[in-house]
Amino acid sequence: MFQLHCPHCGATREEEEFSYAGEAYIARPANPEEASDAEWGDYLFMRKNTRGWFWEQWQHTAGCRKVFVVKRHTASYQIAGSWTLAEGKAHYLKESEA
Amino acid sequence: MSAYRVHRNSQRIDSQSPLKFTFDGKQMQGFAGDTLASALIANGVKLIGRSFKYGRPRGIIGHGSEEPNALIQLETGAYTVPDLKATQVELYHGLSATTTTGFPSLHFDLKGMAGTFARFMPPGFYYKTFMGPVKAAWPLYEKMIRMAAGYGRAPVEADPEYYDHLHHHVDVLVVGGGACGLWAATLAGRAGLKTLLVDEQNEAGGWMLSDASARIDGKPAMQWVNERLAELDSLGNVTVLRRTTAFALHEQNLVQALELCQDHLPIGSRNPGQPRQRLHKIRAHHVVLAAGAIERPLVYGNNDRPGVMTAAAGQTYLNRYGVAVGRNVLLMTHNDAAYDAARDLAEAGSRVTLIDTRLRGAADWRQQQAKQAGVELMLGYGIAQVHGKTAVSGAQLVQLDPFTNTVRGKGPRLSADSILSSGGLTSTVHLFCHNTGRPYWKEESLSFVVPDEGRQGISCAGAITGRWELSSALAQTHAATSAMLAGFGRSTHGDCPQGDEHEVAATRRLFRVPDGLAEGHGAKAFVDFQNDVSAADIHLAVRENYRSIEHVKRYTALGFGTDQGKLSNVNGFAIAAEALGKPISAVGTTTYRPAYTPVTFGALAGSHKADTFEPRRYTAMQASHLKRGALFETVGQWMRPWYFPQGKETMHQAVDRECLATRNSVGVMDASTLGKIDVKGPDAREFLNRIYSNAWSKLDPGKCRYGLMLDENGMVMDDGVTACIADDHFHMTTTTGGAARVLNWLERWHQTEWPELQVRFTSTTDHWSTTAVVGPKSRAVLQKLCSDIDLSAENFKFMDWREGTVAGVPAKVFRISFSGELAYEINVDACYGHYIWEQVMAAGDEFGITPYGTETMHVLRAEKGFIIVGQDTDGSMTPMDLAMGWAVGMKKPFSFLGKRSLSRSDTVRSDRKQLVGLYTEDPKVVLTEGAQILSTPDATPPAAMQGHVTSSYHSAFLGRSIAMAVLKGGSQRSGDTVYVWAQGKMHPAKVVSSVFVDQEGVRQHA
Repeated sequence: MFQLHCPHCGATREEEEFSYAGEAYIARPANPEEASDAEWGDYLFMRKNTRGWFWEQWQHTAGCRKVFVVKRHTASYQIAGSWTLAEGKAHYLKESEA
Repeated sequence: MSAYRVHRNSQRIDSQSPLKFTFDGKQMQGFAGDTLASALIANGVKLIGRSFKYGRPRGIIGHGSEEPNALIQLETGAYTVPDLKATQVELYHGLSATTTTGFPSLHFDLKGMAGTFARFMPPGFYYKTFMGPVKAAWPLYEKMIRMAAGYGRAPVEADPEYYDHLHHHVDVLVVGGGACGLWAATLAGRAGLKTLLVDEQNEAGGWMLSDASARIDGKPAMQWVNERLAELDSLGNVTVLRRTTAFALHEQNLVQALELCQDHLPIGSRNPGQPRQRLHKIRAHHVVLAAGAIERPLVYGNNDRPGVMTAAAGQTYLNRYGVAVGRNVLLMTHNDAAYDAARDLAEAGSRVTLIDTRLRGAADWRQQQAKQAGVELMLGYGIAQVHGKTAVSGAQLVQLDPFTNTVRGKGPRLSADSILSSGGLTSTVHLFCHNTGRPYWKEESLSFVVPDEGRQGISCAGAITGRWELSSALAQTHAATSAMLAGFGRSTHGDCPQGDEHEVAATRRLFRVPDGLAEGHGAKAFVDFQNDVSAADIHLAVRENYRSIEHVKRYTALGFGTDQGKLSNVNGFAIAAEALGKPISAVGTTTYRPAYTPVTFGALAGSHKADTFEPRRYTAMQASHLKRGALFETVGQWMRPWYFPQGKETMHQAVDRECLATRNSVGVMDASTLGKIDVKGPDAREFLNRIYSNAWSKLDPGKCRYGLMLDENGMVMDDGVTACIADDHFHMTTTTGGAARVLNWLERWHQTEWPELQVRFTSTTDHWSTTAVVGPKSRAVLQKLCSDIDLSAENFKFMDWREGTVAGVPAKVFRISFSGELAYEINVDACYGHYIWEQVMAAGDEFGITPYGTETMHVLRAEKGFIIVGQDTDGSMTPMDLAMGWAVGMKKPFSFLGKRSLSRSDTVRSDRKQLVGLYTEDPKVVLTEGAQILSTPDATPPAAMQGHVTSSYHSAFLGRSIAMAVLKGGSQRSGDTVYVWAQGKMHPAKVVSSVFVDQEGVRQHA
């Protein structure tokens, strides 16, 4: 049972208010019709299944309904922080480069 | 006073307040402050249960939550509670307890006979015996085994008491009210932090309640404890909860604790306005774990006989409860601390022989104290085996080699009525380990312990870190708490309390006391009492190549059960390590999981039960439905009318009547529960194009369209009619159960993939009441109520909607149909829902208007082959599988959700399960929904399943049964005969179109 900080509401609330919304920053192929079955399958089904720090989406379903990103450690359940989709993307990209 | 009661100045019982209770029907007496266990021992009760596997006689071993044997059934009838540990049940007047084991009775036990054949029941006995060639005999044995197995009986009557939950948000939670926990709470309280201290027992003090000689800051320890409690009480920022066990620690320091509010009161004296138990959910910035340690016994032959206990239990019963566990006591130890128990028992008048496995014994001062009290010391000896069957009668000793754990020579045989042993302390590390933490082996403490420095958000204090001496435990607590306060930016007020410094001799590294025989050849030496796991069983598991301690646990059952291995685990790990030839640190521990001690279901449920389990939603027409005798069914959280029986009608008769009335004249249904989402914005139309499979570009204001929503895998996930209100404004409907899910789905796609689209979503489900007027006479009914809408077939066509007034109320009228009939759905502000419903009923009276519920709705839609998402689909059906390719706009420019997946190799297979209709050969047979379909009537298992029935009803209109089904390659199998296995028989059925009524759609376009 986490407590999550919603960057839109500016409040830290119990997990019951939120819904998990999967791995963050998986972009939908810009032109799905040109994707091969394998590429489309990757997009649909393949996930990192990370043990460690992981960027994931949460939605404040019982609150503002906004989707935001959380950086969470999947083994220790530590939470490094939560950001709006746009703010989080900058951090995410910086980490991916590093 | 019984022969076992003695007076101790330290005792916590009130000898002026006798309490009567019964045990297995026998009248007994104890005192206020007793536990059931202490009162039973005082009454001379030794035999209290039979063991799980061998039916061996068992008695009380411990004095708290570690007790493996003394499981009792408390009270009877609705108040009964099974499997309570007698050591944790506070005595009250009129208490009634019974033993839970022993078949057919405690004193004559069938399994006890089996114990004689124990060598035929090794670990894995049941697997080995009943999974082999004699598997077929299992049903014969099962009944007998089940009768003889288990502990206690679950209550069968409703619980007359209630439970509740309480949430806390604190700066500091201290778990454990012993000396260290009290000091940590004191420092946190003095620093002004919001502090909560929870302690398992009826009074704080921990081991100080048992150790009469302990001193802190130069005064008796209990005096210091009482000063701390008085100080904590005086601090407004500190709360102390007694009888409260922290049983689980979850992520971000969420700790769950169970408070026994009224269990200690006589049933007749409990306050019905207060809960019996309360579950505390505590979110703490910082947790201090001061859970202490539990003494484990040594492992030796017949160490399970009634009358054998831990030394700590013997000391506790004496000093806290004024009960001497025996008059002729043998006490075996490998450490100094147990000398105190021997000394105290001798002082209280028992004859005590202390058998120290160490040749040189304890530090001199302790040996002197013991001798002065009259304890006889035997150094360098061990107990090979206990004598006596249903009660201890004595023991055979052996002389131990001083350096290796082997036997050097024979020892004397001594008589005794009580045998105690101390195998050292085991730190109570559970909470630290519930949330991914791991303990480590500390060789000098001979225990798995937690790190001094704790971890982020958690401090560890006292014996939990492997500090057994009070002085060093308090010093470590002081340091750890000061560090925590520094983290809060607070300072430490007060000096570290001083425990007496003692010289202590080295402990002997011993777990299994040798008896001079190879393991398995001597008397059974138990490690886990509740699961009957002996040292030999662990050796056998290792010989059978179980290498991981987790596997050894599961094969032998070591550490399972209501005590969760509190006494047995470390001994078990040590014996396994020896058998594996590995250091114990390399063997490690099994995984500690919640709950630390058992928690009642009632407490977990709290007030979330019966009427308050889940909210119920009612439409504005509820009073109308009740008035007309509706029966209800739950759809999601909604209560929807199911059918409206008249007189003594069965459901079948009522539904036939409702269906025929609707098809032949007019019916009315409450459709208010459908999910409704207002979609608005300049890009609303483009958004719908992307989210639905259909095309929305050409839907003009005033028109409606049925839409299919696919997930990205191309599978149907929801459906519903959407109306175009204006070019930038749409009224979307969803399935009743899917409303919340669809709204979140829209939000997610909008926010994550298409934030550039200007569109907003608003849930309007509760804003509108929807009355569906259905049937050939529906137009006539509406004409009576509505003068400003042209209802003619030419000007208000099927799939149109119009704005106007109905019975004077502003309304949106949709000409849509879920029955295949001419039908209108009147949407009004929910406040007018009841009024409109009654107006429609009055206007339809002359046509015999008939209200109908979900059952008739299902029959009517199935007659038309309309799917229900979630009934005829299961998340693996594409629009093509459902023969709904017409609802897929393949030419839309944007690749809508799921489109690409419709051309994956798997989704274009021709042998996918596809929606068909079925006509049973016998028109009276209504197939069972979910029934499997086979190709041949004489298939023998295992046969390939061809599909299954998804919807099946009797159609009064057709005068026969109909069914919808999904069938492999079904779209090409029209006219085939298939066989449906239902109600124990094979039913031939013909594959037909799933549209059974009005295939041309004449009726709905009327």
